[in-house]
Amino acid sequence: MPEPISKETVVKVSRLARLSLSPEQAEKMTTQLVGMLEHFRDIDALDLSDVEPMTQPYPLNNVMREDVEAKSLDRQEVLDQAPAAESGRFRVPPTIGFDV
Amino acid sequence: MQKLVEIVAAVSSGSKTAIAVVEEHLARINERESEIHAFNLVTSDQARKDAAKIDEDVKSGKAVGALAGVPIALKDNMCTRGVETTCSSKILQGWKPPYDATVVTKLRNAGAVIVGKTNLDEFAMGSSTENSAFGPTKNPLDVSRVPGGSSGGSAAAVSAGFAAASLGSDTGGSIRQPAALCGVVGVKPTYGAVSRYGLVAFASSLDQIGPFTSDVRDAATLLEVISGHDPMDSTSIPQPATSLVSVLDHGVKGMRIGRVTDLPEGCEPDVLARLEAAFDALRVAGATVVDVKLPSLQYCLTAYYLIAPAEASSNLARYDGVRYGNRVDAADLNAMYAATRESGFGEEVKRRIMLGTYALSAGYFDAYYGKALKVRRLISDDFARAYKDVDAILTPTSPSTAFKFGSKTDNPLAMYLCDVFTIPTNLAGHPAMSVPFGVGSDSMPVGIQVLATTMGEQAMFKVAAELERAS
Repeated sequence: MPEPISKETVVKVSRLARLSLSPEQAEKMTTQLVGMLEHFRDIDALDLSDVEPMTQPYPLNNVMREDVEAKSLDRQEVLDQAPAAESGRFRVPPTIGFDV
Repeated sequence: MQKLVEIVAAVSSGSKTAIAVVEEHLARINERESEIHAFNLVTSDQARKDAAKIDEDVKSGKAVGALAGVPIALKDNMCTRGVETTCSSKILQGWKPPYDATVVTKLRNAGAVIVGKTNLDEFAMGSSTENSAFGPTKNPLDVSRVPGGSSGGSAAAVSAGFAAASLGSDTGGSIRQPAALCGVVGVKPTYGAVSRYGLVAFASSLDQIGPFTSDVRDAATLLEVISGHDPMDSTSIPQPATSLVSVLDHGVKGMRIGRVTDLPEGCEPDVLARLEAAFDALRVAGATVVDVKLPSLQYCLTAYYLIAPAEASSNLARYDGVRYGNRVDAADLNAMYAATRESGFGEEVKRRIMLGTYALSAGYFDAYYGKALKVRRLISDDFARAYKDVDAILTPTSPSTAFKFGSKTDNPLAMYLCDVFTIPTNLAGHPAMSVPFGVGSDSMPVGIQVLATTMGEQAMFKVAAELERAS
């Protein structure tokens, strides 16, 4: 298992998750994650080298439907629920030109 | 509590009107809802209209469905077209879905009357409803105690007689644990048995919808209606619904019931005493109790709390303030995402998103998520071995009876331990249900969990019905 999670890693992960944690929140989150990950070390002792990972409980593959026209959601009804919409599209703030 | 099957019989024969049934339930809601807070929304007007329609159909001799006139509550993470669906989160507050979940369509087609949307731990993450952004639900049997979670509102609604039945979702025990704590029946069906189209996703390889009812027959009746293949859900098992009501009176003579000899520690002695009483009752009814070993059970909590947050961190990426829900404005797109999510998600949801993102991030994937998936396989293999020797397994549903508010909120791990007996079946994808079986030393209900293998609902219901007869 890796080293205990650091506050720097927590801040980095929060950026990946698009969460802006305050320094106090990052501090508290670090303490809690360290505790949890410590508890999760119980699986370290297991030899899992020959074990196949299990990604889903029921083996269904390549589920397709017939290639026929079907009704989709009403565009206006969907856009009515968006925080901002314009001319049949979702409206978002500028995506470039600022510090990301 | 009014029985679902009695309501259907009365309404469809015309001996009682659906509107009278709905009014009785709305009156109880009126009387106690301010104290219990089972609902995020009560849809009284629509319920009255739907009930009146059923009464018209009965009067004019039209065929009515298998749930004619039954007041049903829905966990507020199931989409209802044009009716607010919040997941008890600020980020979705005010959102009105543009479509109905498949289970909602099935309920309506069967003549059920939807009375409201019930409270939950935000995005179904929790075991007490204390993580709801709109305040906790109280246990109707003792309002100083939690109803369990995450489907606490759905369990409380049935326990308080606000609805004859309700639907919840179960990712790690979120139907069975609140059912146990509120003294009602709660079922998590086989993964894929009930369509999840329109269920807001938490952890997609684990989530499953199921019923809460006041008894086993009602649960079988409701589950038969909501089960079956749905082309709108790619994980839906391509098989028709299993017949369940037909097996309830079969008894358990000759059945082999597993008793787990290496059950994880930490269960209260009064709960364990009820478990032993349950084994005794099944022996008396002609079943054989067989010892089984599930050595990987002790690693379930770790596997679950890596897999579920990992899937959640991916599923909840969609709440970005663009297509639905709420937005906090900012100068650019990335700042808007972060500000929206920071303000919209509660503490537990953020914790799980962080844990999941970390477990999936470069450099840590193999050590955490990859390993957890392998442990999941071990657990599944343990069950497969056990089910060669037994038809069903009994465990407690929850390590304790309903606990007091605030007693576990400071320590996330203590809260996670509530799920120690319910998590294994989600990891394996099996069905399991909780049946009330007496009370603990605090006079609060104890739930016994009946587990069976994939599509083993018939065996599970036979055992559950027997336990109900003996309790």
